[in-house]
Amino acid sequence: MQEKTVNHKAWFLVLPVLVLVAFSAVIPLMTVVNYSIQDTFGNNQFFWVGLEWFEEMLASDRMWNALGRQLLFSGIILAIEIPLGIFIALNMPKRGFWASFCLVLMSLPLLIPWNVVGTIWQIFGRVDIGLLGYTLKAIGVDYNYTNDALDAWITVIVMDVWHWTSLVALLAYAGLQSIPDAYYQAAKIDQASRWSVFRYIELPKMAGVLMIAILLRFMDSFMIYTEPFVVTGGGPGNATTFLSIDLVKMATGQFDLGPAAAFSLMYFLVILLISWVFYTVMTNLDRREG
Amino acid sequence: MDWMAWTWPTAVFFVIIASLLITFTILAIKFPETPRVGVLGIETTRGDRLFITLLGSAFINLAWLGLTDITQWAALGICLAYAAAVFRWV
Repeated sequence: MQEKTVNHKAWFLVLPVLVLVAFSAVIPLMTVVNYSIQDTFGNNQFFWVGLEWFEEMLASDRMWNALGRQLLFSGIILAIEIPLGIFIALNMPKRGFWASFCLVLMSLPLLIPWNVVGTIWQIFGRVDIGLLGYTLKAIGVDYNYTNDALDAWITVIVMDVWHWTSLVALLAYAGLQSIPDAYYQAAKIDQASRWSVFRYIELPKMAGVLMIAILLRFMDSFMIYTEPFVVTGGGPGNATTFLSIDLVKMATGQFDLGPAAAFSLMYFLVILLISWVFYTVMTNLDRREG
Repeated sequence: MDWMAWTWPTAVFFVIIASLLITFTILAIKFPETPRVGVLGIETTRGDRLFITLLGSAFINLAWLGLTDITQWAALGICLAYAAAVFRWV
């Protein structure tokens, strides 16, 4: 057998990635850190303010409210999408034509770009021309997402569930497919109930992929911008102004670069913390299973 | 580089972070270690502990800034104690 050659020049192959990451992440992040402790009135002139923006942001109701709305949104969509995704996966055909058919059908919403999803629902929910809004109005439901906060929330949540439940279902389905038949046969011999099969065979076997699903859905929903922005623009009032919408308003709408930089750094830290927690839990799960 | 709006304190901050990363990389190459399980119940290496230290320090500093009016240098002291605790027990 040929021995593997160790050639440290291979490290140069990583260089393109390093350069790419530097320009797409590291340099912008450094710039944001620099902005967060200075004030600017444009014209590339900056004035040192120290930690003032961080203090202002930590004391600002606006940021805490946006964070509250964000957590509520992520909590609600996780509480709906995860059980619903598992339920769909459990009821999907295991093999044959219909299995492939379901998989393709389920993947369709995932292929649609965010802004298109937003536009679809923006029109779908309109009471004058949208199928959903018009129908609801016709049967006497007082629905209008443009001026009722609850309706706006329901629309945004249903839209997210429509867009992303498939991802959870597909991941759960992949987890289910990896369970050998022998497990089910053993359960049958033991006369295990449907619930016991789910609780002691399917759920533990799906734990790894479900963790990935929860992580992906949480992070994605925590950073959601385009869809609610297209549908409600953060309104009515500030009802659906989530963290990233608020951040963009602050940074590019009001051109408050300093406070927006401080805000985004705190946002980044929260995301980093949650990602680390999920990553740690996931790798520990893998290790225990492996 | 003008558009990046560099200041001395942020430059020093990034130089410290970069030197920490380089130091820990060299340490990992020169003295490889086996991960250990600490008080968090998870396996950690030196690099993991550095990450936990840096991330935790950021939150300690923010909490200090938001909750007290005392000088921010005191938070640095807490962070150093926290770092020592992380490297000893986590």
